[in-house]
Amino acid sequence: MNRRVLKLRPLLSPQIIALLLILLLNWILFPGFFNISWQNGRFFGSLIDVLNRGAPVAILAVGMTTVIATKGVDLSVGAVMAVAGAAAATLATGGFPLPVILLTSLALGLLCGLWNGLLVAVLDIQPFVATLVLMVAGRGLAQLITEGHIVTFNDPALSFVGTGAFFGVPMAVIIALCLVVATHFALRRTAIGLFIEAIGTNRSAANYAGLKSQALLIAIYGFSGLCAGIAGLIVTADIKGADANNAGLWLELDAILAVVIGGTSLLGGRFSVVMSVVGAIIIQAMNTGILVSGLPPQFNLVVKAGVILAILILQSGQVKDIFSSTRKAATATSLDKP
Amino acid sequence: MNLRYRPLIATLVIFVLAYALCVSQFPGMWSTRVLGNFLTDNAFLGIAAVGVTFVIISGGIDLSIGAVIGFTGVLVAVLINGLGFHPLLAFAVALGVATLFGAAMGAFIQYLQVPAFIVTLAGMFLARGGASILSQDSIPISHPFYKAISALYIQMPGGGRMSTIGLLMLLTFAIGALVLHRTKFGSYVYALGGNVNSAMLMGVPVARTTITIYAISSFLAGLAGIVFSLYTSAGYSLAAVGVELDAIAAVVIGGTMLTGGYGFMLGTFIGVMLQGLVQTYIVFDGTLNSWWTKIVIGLLLFVFIVLQRLVFRTARRSGPQRKTVS
Repeated sequence: MNRRVLKLRPLLSPQIIALLLILLLNWILFPGFFNISWQNGRFFGSLIDVLNRGAPVAILAVGMTTVIATKGVDLSVGAVMAVAGAAAATLATGGFPLPVILLTSLALGLLCGLWNGLLVAVLDIQPFVATLVLMVAGRGLAQLITEGHIVTFNDPALSFVGTGAFFGVPMAVIIALCLVVATHFALRRTAIGLFIEAIGTNRSAANYAGLKSQALLIAIYGFSGLCAGIAGLIVTADIKGADANNAGLWLELDAILAVVIGGTSLLGGRFSVVMSVVGAIIIQAMNTGILVSGLPPQFNLVVKAGVILAILILQSGQVKDIFSSTRKAATATSLDKP
Repeated sequence: MNLRYRPLIATLVIFVLAYALCVSQFPGMWSTRVLGNFLTDNAFLGIAAVGVTFVIISGGIDLSIGAVIGFTGVLVAVLINGLGFHPLLAFAVALGVATLFGAAMGAFIQYLQVPAFIVTLAGMFLARGGASILSQDSIPISHPFYKAISALYIQMPGGGRMSTIGLLMLLTFAIGALVLHRTKFGSYVYALGGNVNSAMLMGVPVARTTITIYAISSFLAGLAGIVFSLYTSAGYSLAAVGVELDAIAAVVIGGTMLTGGYGFMLGTFIGVMLQGLVQTYIVFDGTLNSWWTKIVIGLLLFVFIVLQRLVFRTARRSGPQRKTVS
């Protein structure tokens, strides 16, 4: 196989094909889907809207990918979003300058993530359970910060983070893009990505190989918390308010779904940050598609469930065996059953 | 003292201490009235938690509980109001649908070998979406049967009322405990939670047991949905959001190991009561806001998980019941 085919291969992945199909479907349902216009110094159009609304889930999915790659899961991201958003909104009403607001809420997100990491890495609690604690208690914490109210603020600097535009592109998209690029290079151009995969494949083996898996795990959960903090900030700045009960509700599930669609194995050891982001865009394109097609938004959940089931069937062992049997036969290692 | 019972005893001690603390502050809480309300208010949670106990002891998880509760509530309301079914017939249909739904999830988990967590997540989306397609509004149910049921109660000494749904929860716990601790199926559940491979080698019918476990869980969630609709006299697609977490919390606080293979039905009952106690205390206090419930439950969850960890470690050192942690 020559090099060019190898390089083109990611472009032909099922995720990209699925995304193109969904976009095509959206275009058939709503012919103006690909129209992008320039108004008030920024781009407008359904496509931009998909990216803009998909940004928070994409950001969560970046953190979630690294966590899932270590064979973990972070259920607390939605609640952490609420915590960070509540802190930002409360500080903004208090008239604090932007850097203080940003740093405090991001630090809170990081702190929540580090707490999860501590439970997982040091106390050796299953990730699913460890992050459940913060998922339950996090919304309570957020309400503690907002004192049970829906805090609204009027700080143009902070709301720029959610609604502003940079060279005509929404800020949320810019932030997500920077995060994705930075994460991708940090993981794939250094050994960190390999370390993560090593932990996900077999943690004790990674330890014996000299990896400091404890510190790395804490850092990864911290990173996921930080991503949740960023997403929380964007959502809060977007609606100019913090609702401790509803901010980020169910987004942990969307983020996990995005990662799964992106082909990252839930069993750890194999991940792709970029594909997870594609997964997040697919989810948002489906949401938008359901909206523009005039179907009631309730169908959203049913369609999502259908997509998860379809992916599970496709990823399951038996179906995979059928597909890979020809490929495996070509390579010499025929360890599987004849 | 048998090491096995340690988490259960711990839960019991914490419950008694917490109750004593509450009573010392508000003597009014020491009455059958409060106790009766405990049972009535938490009936749906308790019934759902019985199913979750089976699932968690088998080493799985069911995130679709709350959604199934919402779905059955709406389905029952639509069947009674829209199609003129008798409530009992509507209940039977709803329970049948819920059971099939659970069995389907179990089959997915068993035959596709995917984590239970992701399958039941899809189930949650499906049930919530299905409920909101049936009806997005809250449908009030004003059938005479509903009024008759809510008027039925047993007078307890001290003025407390044992409602029908409270009694139903106690009955569910009793049957659940019998099935879990005294039947062959119950020991299969423990065997699955201990180690699927050894269970299979010992001749446990793994596929059938897995499917039955999830069918039971959804059946009980459906029953909880019916109880919830009796309790609120309405069906609403967004009812009981997040109840799956409360149910999981109750099970964990009750000392059941989330890794599977260990736990007691009685513990879950105490876990549900402890959550009810926290809520009642907050209502009695009046100055505390309801968000404290979440924080306290989160804290309890944390304490019990750490406790499990410690007991688990000592048990591993002293006994041969070693289980691979990956």
